Amino acid sequence: MKKKIVSAILCTAMAVTMMAGCGNNTSTNAAADKGAAAEDGAAADTAAEETPAADESADASSDEGSVLNIYCWNEEFKSRITDHYPDYTEVDATTGTIGDVTVKWNITPNDDNAYQNNLDATLLKQADAAADDKIDIFLVEADYALKYVDTEYTMAVSDLGITDDDLANQYQYTKDIVTDSNGVLKGVSWQGCPGVMFYSREAAKEILGTDDPAEVQTYVDTWDKFNQTAALAYAAGYQMTSSVNDTYRVYSNNVTSKWVEDGKINIDDNIMQWVEDSKELVDAGETGTHELWSDDWSKGFYPEGKVFCYFGPAWLVNFSMAADTEGSIGNQGGWGATEGPQGFFWGGTWICAAAGTDNASLVKDIMLQMTTNEDIMKEIVVDDDDFVNNKPVMEAMAEDTSYSSQILGGQNPLGIYCAGVENLDLSNLSAYDQGCNEEFQNAMKNYFEGSTDLDGALDLFYKAVVEKYPELTY
Amino acid sequence: MRKSKGKVVRYNKWGYIFLLPFILVYVVFQLIPLVNTIYNSFFENYMSGLTQIGPNFVGLENYKKLFSEGDIWVYAKNTMVLWIMCFIPQIILSLLLGAWFSDVRLKLKGARFFKTVIYLPNLIMASAFSMLFFTLFSDGGPINSLLMQIGFIDEPYKFLSNTGSARGLIALMNCLMWFGNTTILLMAGMMGIDTSLFEAAEVDGATSAQVFFRITLPLLRPILVYVVITSLIGGLQLFDVPQILTNGTGDPMRSTMTLIMFLNKHLYSKNYGMAGALSVILFIITGILSLIVFKVTGNDKRKG
Repeated sequence: MKKKIVSAILCTAMAVTMMAGCGNNTSTNAAADKGAAAEDGAAADTAAEETPAADESADASSDEGSVLNIYCWNEEFKSRITDHYPDYTEVDATTGTIGDVTVKWNITPNDDNAYQNNLDATLLKQADAAADDKIDIFLVEADYALKYVDTEYTMAVSDLGITDDDLANQYQYTKDIVTDSNGVLKGVSWQGCPGVMFYSREAAKEILGTDDPAEVQTYVDTWDKFNQTAALAYAAGYQMTSSVNDTYRVYSNNVTSKWVEDGKINIDDNIMQWVEDSKELVDAGETGTHELWSDDWSKGFYPEGKVFCYFGPAWLVNFSMAADTEGSIGNQGGWGATEGPQGFFWGGTWICAAAGTDNASLVKDIMLQMTTNEDIMKEIVVDDDDFVNNKPVMEAMAEDTSYSSQILGGQNPLGIYCAGVENLDLSNLSAYDQGCNEEFQNAMKNYFEGSTDLDGALDLFYKAVVEKYPELTY
Repeated sequence: MRKSKGKVVRYNKWGYIFLLPFILVYVVFQLIPLVNTIYNSFFENYMSGLTQIGPNFVGLENYKKLFSEGDIWVYAKNTMVLWIMCFIPQIILSLLLGAWFSDVRLKLKGARFFKTVIYLPNLIMASAFSMLFFTLFSDGGPINSLLMQIGFIDEPYKFLSNTGSARGLIALMNCLMWFGNTTILLMAGMMGIDTSLFEAAEVDGATSAQVFFRITLPLLRPILVYVVITSLIGGLQLFDVPQILTNGTGDPMRSTMTLIMFLNKHLYSKNYGMAGALSVILFIITGILSLIVFKVTGNDKRKG
């Protein structure tokens, strides 16, 4: 009997410790929740205390929720808001305040689709979420913008009270990307990322006998000439581009039809042109098939990599091409910029308002301040080296002779950026672009490397896309 | 009589109570997902962007689609080829090492040290290991420059763009990662063999090859069967190494795409229907293969 009691006690003790072990988490969670609740409560309290006073001065904030939730994937937008948005005060790494409203940053890294998965799950619950938990603002990138823009989860900017006149100075392509299939604009961006062709000045002198941007441009202003120049480069011991994927974006930004039409996968002529041109270049040994960002791809950042040119926006040459590393071309100011065969863009972040937001007027103000206020935009250009989404500001900067880029050997590239982006037409985007572009490049790599013929590669592409988007046919 | 019987029942009760934690964990984490997967495989159920399609009951449509496209056989073949390429060298290496380490006559010095060393590759994460190999064998990587410097090749060899070398690399990595584990299992089996048998063989003047094939191998059979089955199941679930080495593409031309990588492709659109159907097929294949291996080798066990 005694034994039984002892064993029973032992069992309970074990069970209790186990529970306690597990319970620890929940209790801390609960504590954290409580803390959060207390904070909310405190915020609400202060809001309540201040309301009488505020009521008299302005009634605008009465429709405001007390928490502004922002979903994004990195610190970029947060630092822009912190540095440039009036009345924003930072509290800690993930919270801040604007007046009475607490700003909550929900930052999920982009890797492995984690940001989109998290955003999807939260957006689907948006209707049932408590007012303070609802997403108010979320950020999107061009590749998957339409996935969100083309649903009712995103608010039209006109519903926020932002008019076309407010946005008149923005580049058209930045609007194309976040315009839904009914022609309604659903997001805004503070930046533009027009891309140009960066060429190695030393290589240009050796191959073409000149490194003057205007003269180099005459050798590359159409794809035919570009490919002829590639042969010259090869003869001089250079690869034209590091990889076929360098030029992909330039072709794919200049398509005349969508990836998907009426539920059927459609390959645009310009994309097929890329395949044809690239295959010739690869077969002639004038370019490689490396993935972007791989070590092999990056070799051309250094003179011994022997690569003639890269395609990219300002941030590529400023931040990504090893300009800080001794011995790189960028470090020696050895790059030149010119428009290249066609205009394109690469990157950029758009601000979208989530439907059901309880902070509509604050969202509107953030959008307007960050994307249309010329003073703030100028500040961003000067402080952060960003290319802002405002034509007059950028054109004025392009005229400014005092602005020049060290990496580009003292050239002011802004005029070239402006020219390239002016004619960009991105009305042919579809919600499937991210998956299609990715899979197309993956599949074509097999064709370029000779593992299969063109039909085999196309079959592989169709197969891979249908796996990703089961509703499509081919 | 009655009293004692009651006591037996009471003790049985404790048996069940001690089983309870396992049963609970098994039901929650294994049985319910299993049944759920089978259930899901009969539905059309996926996300298109933010729109949920289904779930609509479609019967065996998902299975039909899988088989009519025919790709599943290609991926099943890839998986088996990769497993065989990895398992044969692995089992030979492990048997050899195991025999050496457990041989009393050899008296290897530092056996414990080497046992630790051969197990080490298994401690590295598969992803880190794949990244390492990816860098080593990339077009401009150290292996290529080495081969070019000694004049073996003139142009960089694209290891990851040729079926043979890509598969070979995957097999090599898996072999490296798992041979230590297998060696330790086999060694445990070999050390369990009665040493008097070896001594008797020695007295009878048997060569070490004879000892190995006539005594060690037959007596090792139960452990060997276990090793083959676990390795086979592990091989069917091969995913991490090829996924990371080929960036999920299964290049070249999907010749390194395994069944689980194919399954993973369906999860991009949260296609639970197709993924479920594929899982069920995989479950059946695993079951059948295990049964075959067990039957083939298990019968001999009774004889031995």
